Amino acid sequence: MKPIGRVNRVLGPVVHASGVTGARMMELVEVGADRLIGEIVRLDGDEIVIQVYEDTTGLAPGAPVYGSGHPLSVELGPGLIGSVYDGVQRPLDRLKAGGYLIRRGVRVPSLDREKAWIFEPCVKPGDLLRGGAVLGTVQETERISHRVLVPPSLGGAVKHAAEPGLYRVEETIAVLETESGEIALTMMQRWPVRHPRPIAGRVVADRPLLTGQRVIDTLFPVAKGGTVVVPGGFGTGKTSVEHQLAKWSDADIVVYIGCGERGNEMTHVLREFPRLSDPWTGRPLMERTVLIANTSNMPVAAREASIYTGITLAEYYRDQGYHVAVMADSTSRWAEALRELSGRMEEMPAEEGFPAYLPTRLAEFYERGGQVKTLSGKEGSITIVGAVSPPGGDFSEPVTQHTKRFVRCFWALDRDLANARHYPAISWMDSYSEYVPDVTPWWTEKGDAEWAGLRREIMELLQKEARLQQVVKLVGADVLPDSQRLILEVCDLFKNTFLQQSAFDAVDAYSTVEKQVKMLKLIVTFYRLGRNALDQGATLIKIKRMRILKEIRRMKFNVSNEEVFKLDDLQSRLEREMGRLGEIYGGFQSS
Amino acid sequence: MADSNHPDLSRREYVGIDRLEGPLLFISGIHDVGYHELVEIHTPEGPERLGLVLETSKGAAVVQVYEGTTNLSLKDTSVRFQGEPLRLPVAREMLGRIFDGLGRPMDGAPAPVAREILDVNGLPVNPAARTYPTRFIQTGISAIDGMNTLVRGQKLPVFSGSGLPHNQVAAQIVRQARLKDENESFSIVFCAMGVKHDVARSFMTHFQETGVLENVVMFFSLADAPSVERLVTPRTALTMAEYLAFHENRHVLVVLTDMTNYCEALREVSTLRGEIPSRKSYPGYLYSDLASIYERAGMVEHASGSITQMPILTMPNDDISHPVPDLTGYITEGQIVLEREMHQRGIYPPIAGLPSLSRLMKDGIGPGMTREDHPRIASQLFAAYARVKDVRALASVIGEEELTPLDLTYLKFGDAFEQQFLSQAEDENRSIEQTLDLGWKVISILPREELQRVSDEDLMQYYGK
Ligand SMILES: Nc1ncnc2c1ncn2[C@@H]1O[C@H](COP(=O)(O)OP(=O)(O)OP(=O)(O)O)[C@@H](O)[C@H]1O
Ligand SMILES: [Mg+2]
Repeated sequence: MKPIGRVNRVLGPVVHASGVTGARMMELVEVGADRLIGEIVRLDGDEIVIQVYEDTTGLAPGAPVYGSGHPLSVELGPGLIGSVYDGVQRPLDRLKAGGYLIRRGVRVPSLDREKAWIFEPCVKPGDLLRGGAVLGTVQETERISHRVLVPPSLGGAVKHAAEPGLYRVEETIAVLETESGEIALTMMQRWPVRHPRPIAGRVVADRPLLTGQRVIDTLFPVAKGGTVVVPGGFGTGKTSVEHQLAKWSDADIVVYIGCGERGNEMTHVLREFPRLSDPWTGRPLMERTVLIANTSNMPVAAREASIYTGITLAEYYRDQGYHVAVMADSTSRWAEALRELSGRMEEMPAEEGFPAYLPTRLAEFYERGGQVKTLSGKEGSITIVGAVSPPGGDFSEPVTQHTKRFVRCFWALDRDLANARHYPAISWMDSYSEYVPDVTPWWTEKGDAEWAGLRREIMELLQKEARLQQVVKLVGADVLPDSQRLILEVCDLFKNTFLQQSAFDAVDAYSTVEKQVKMLKLIVTFYRLGRNALDQGATLIKIKRMRILKEIRRMKFNVSNEEVFKLDDLQSRLEREMGRLGEIYGGFQSS
Repeated sequence: MADSNHPDLSRREYVGIDRLEGPLLFISGIHDVGYHELVEIHTPEGPERLGLVLETSKGAAVVQVYEGTTNLSLKDTSVRFQGEPLRLPVAREMLGRIFDGLGRPMDGAPAPVAREILDVNGLPVNPAARTYPTRFIQTGISAIDGMNTLVRGQKLPVFSGSGLPHNQVAAQIVRQARLKDENESFSIVFCAMGVKHDVARSFMTHFQETGVLENVVMFFSLADAPSVERLVTPRTALTMAEYLAFHENRHVLVVLTDMTNYCEALREVSTLRGEIPSRKSYPGYLYSDLASIYERAGMVEHASGSITQMPILTMPNDDISHPVPDLTGYITEGQIVLEREMHQRGIYPPIAGLPSLSRLMKDGIGPGMTREDHPRIASQLFAAYARVKDVRALASVIGEEELTPLDLTYLKFGDAFEQQFLSQAEDENRSIEQTLDLGWKVISILPREELQRVSDEDLMQYYGK
C-alpha cells in the first residue's frame, strides 16, 4: 500500500483527506499509524472523503492515507461455515485470542491460512472451463461439500490440476490458460462486497422455504429465493423469528447478520447452535451457519458494510448450488448507519433525515435475493428475511414503507399480541404473502390436496372474527347468536393452538408439514361440523363442553412430529363425536 | 494515539480562542489534535475545566467543555490538548466514595491511589468472548422475579414517569438483590445524571442505613452541574464497573439515573452543532450513542465477574414511544414499566403487567434455577391478566352487571393479582417460592379449565393449594 494523501479533518467515522492523487471511488484505504481501514466515498479534486470502519479516536489531521487499489472485498473459500465475522469480515472467534475487547487496527486474515483442507479435484488438464465452473470439492463440514469455483471473470483450458490431497487456501490447486496468460487458482477468491456476483439467469421461485413455524408456512409462506420483511416495535419478536428460521428452516446454509443489535444475541447463537441439530439432517446447526456480528456498539461504518459482507457470502454458496437463507437483523440499523454517515458528509437529507438514495440501496439489496441458475448451470437460491425496527413501532416510517415496495412478503409484528404473550406476534390481519399462489402446487402435492381451501377458509373466519370482535367490544359476546359465537370460539382455538407457537418448547418449537396440515384440518373440521351440529339444533354450550376439545387444545404439545398419526385418530374421533352431537339434536327435531 | 502524540506539542498551551457557543469552544491556530482527545481549559481565575475534541481539522478544533463555558472569555482562556482521551484512575478503594462525573472526588477525601488508568470510552466487547447470562437474581419483588425475571449480566431498564416511585423500586432492588442460594452481594455503581440533590441524598442515606455504603461507588452529576458533564458521567461509572467486574472479578450492579437527562444533554450539543435532527430533535445517532452505554453490561469468558445494568428513565408525558424509552427498549434486554394508573390506585410497586418484559428470563428460570413450574405459571398469569384487561375494557362499556359469570371471575382474579401478587411492601423481600405460590393462589380463582398454559401435573400439584 502506498501513501496517497493526508487527513485534514476528522468527524467521527467520516474522515476528509487532501492532496490526494490516483484514488478511486469506493477504494479500500488505510488511515493513520494504526492503519484503520476505510472506503473512499467521495472524490472531489484532490480531496477525498473516507468512511472509516474503526473507531477514529486519536486520529489527527496530517495522518497519512494509504491506497490499496481495490474495493472493499471479502475472502471466499472453505472455512467460512461456522465462523463469526464482524461487518468487514474480521474473524471474531480468532480475534478473541487477544482478549475480550476488540482493539483497533488489529488484522487477522478472514480465512485461516494455516488450516489444510482435503481437496478432491474434478477437472483434468485440457478441460475447458468457464467462470463459475467447479474445480473440485472440499468437505467443509460434515454436511456441506464446498465446491471450489473458477472466479466468475476467468475462463480457459486447464493446464494443470492438483492431485487430491491436503491444501491450504493459498496453495495452487489448478492453473488455467486464459486470454491474458496462465493464472494459478487457489481455493480462495476475493469479491467486492458491493457488486452482486454474476448468475446465468433467474428462475421462478415455487418451492416454499419450510420454516416449521405454523403461522408462516401455512398462512404467510415464503418461497425459496423469496424476500420478506419483518417489522415490529421493540420486544415484539423480530429476533426470535429470525432465530427460529435460522434454526428450523430447510435452507442448506444460513447467513445470520446481526446488524447493530445486541452482543448477547450473537453470543446466544454461538453457544446454542453447536449444540442444536436441525430436523432435516440431524447435524449441528453450526455446520451450516455463518454469523456476521456487527453489534450496536461497534463502529457504525462497519455496520453499513455488514449487510453487503453477509449477502456476498450468501451469493458465493448460492453459486455452488445451495439454497441459502439470509437473516438480516436489523436492516433499520443499517439504514440508520447510512443516515449517520450521510449526515456527517453533509448531504441533503430526505425523509426523516435519511439520504434520498435510501430506497435505491434497499432495492439493490433485496434484488440480490432470488432463485437462480448459476454460471455452472446449477440451481441455487437466496431467501432474504429482513427485520425492520420502526421508531415507536410506527410502520409508516421510511424504512418500513420503502422495504415493503421491494419485497413480496410482509410479516407484521403486533404490539398487542406481543404484550399478551401471543408469540410469534405475527398479525394475521396485517401480514401478507404474495408467494401463496406460487407455492400452492407444492403444498397441494406434498401437504394435502385440500390445502388451499383449508387455508382460505380459516383466513375468512379470521376476517369475520375481527369484525365480530368490534361488536363484542361494544355489547359483549352474549348477545351474538350461536352461529357467530362458534366463529369466535373456533378462531380462539386456532389462535391458541395453531398460531401461537412457543420457541422454547421442545415439541412445539418446530412443526412438520404433516403436523401443520393435520392441525389445520382438525380445526377447520371442528368449525364445519360444529356449524352442522348447530344447524341441527345443538347448542354452543354443548359443543364447548366436548371433552375432545381439551385434547385438541393441547395437541401441539402432546403430539410430537414423529407421532402425527395420533392426529388422524383425533380427527376421526372429532368427526364421530360431532356427528353424534348433531344426531342427538337432529333426532329431537325430526321426532 | 501515535498520530497526535507529539509530547512537545501536547504540553503547549494556547491562549485565546475564536468562539464560544453553549458548551462548545472553537479554537484555531493550534497543532493537529486527535479526534476525541482530552482538553484542559484554564482561566486566570477559577478551577481547571475539561473538554473533549468533537471535531478536528487542520490547525483547528471544536471542543465540548464538560463544566460548561460560563465565565470563559475569548481572550483569557487558555487551552492545552492532552494527546489522549479522558481516562479514569481506578482502584477498589473507590468503593464507599463519591465522585463527580469526571471521576474527581466530591467527598472531600483525597483521590485513592490508582491501580489502573482506563479510557472512559471503553472498547466494544467481542461477542464471541461473551458468556451468555443465565443466573437468576432474586430481587424479592414478585412482579420482577415471577413475571420479568432478572438474570446476572442483564441490562434491564426501569421506564418510569415523573412522580412515580422508580427510586423506591430501584432502592429496593439494590437492597434485596441476591443470587439464589448464595449470600454474595453485589458491588454497586450508582450513577446520577441531572437528578436533584435530595434524590441523591436519599439514595445515600438509604445506602448508609442498610449498611451497604462501603460496597457502593457513586458518580454524581447533579441537576445544578453543567448539563454536558452528564455526557461523560455514565461512561466514567461504567469504566469503574468494568474494572470491578472484569479486573477484580466482582458482581456489579449499575444503576444509571436518569437516562432522559443524559439524552437531553446530547440533544443540546447536537442542536448547537447544527446536526440534522431526527425524531423530536434528538440526533440520528442517539441509538448508537445509547448502545455505547447499555452494551457495557454482561459477562466475558476472560473474567468471573459480571455487570448487571439497571438504567432508570422517565418517559416524557408517560409516552413509551418517545425516542428515549423507544431506543432504550430496542437496545436493552427487556424493560420494567411503571404505570401511573396503578400508582394512583395505591399499588406498590406499580409494575405494569403486560408491557414489562425480561428477555433473558427464559434461560434463567425453571428446574434447577427457580422452580419447575415457573415458565408455565408465569405464562398463564400473563395470559389471564391480558384477558382481565379485555374484560375491564368491556365492563367500562356495557357495565359489570352485563358481564358473564366467567368474565366476573376474571375481574376477581385481576384484582387479586394486583392486590396480592403485584403489591408488596417496600421492605418486603419474598423468596421465589413465596412468589410462585402466591401466583398459584391467585390463579386458582379461575376455574381449572381456563388454565391452558400449565400442565396437568402442575394443576395436580399446585392448583387450589
Ligand atoms: N416464538 C416465541 N416463543 C416464545 N417467546 C417469544 C417468541 N417470540 C418472542 N418471544 C419473547 O419475546 C421477547 C422479545 O423478542 P425479540 O427479542 O425477538 O424481540 P425483537 O423484536 O427482536 O426486539 P428488538 O427490536 O428490541 O430487538 C423474547 O425475549 C421472548 O421472551
Ligand atoms: Mg431483536
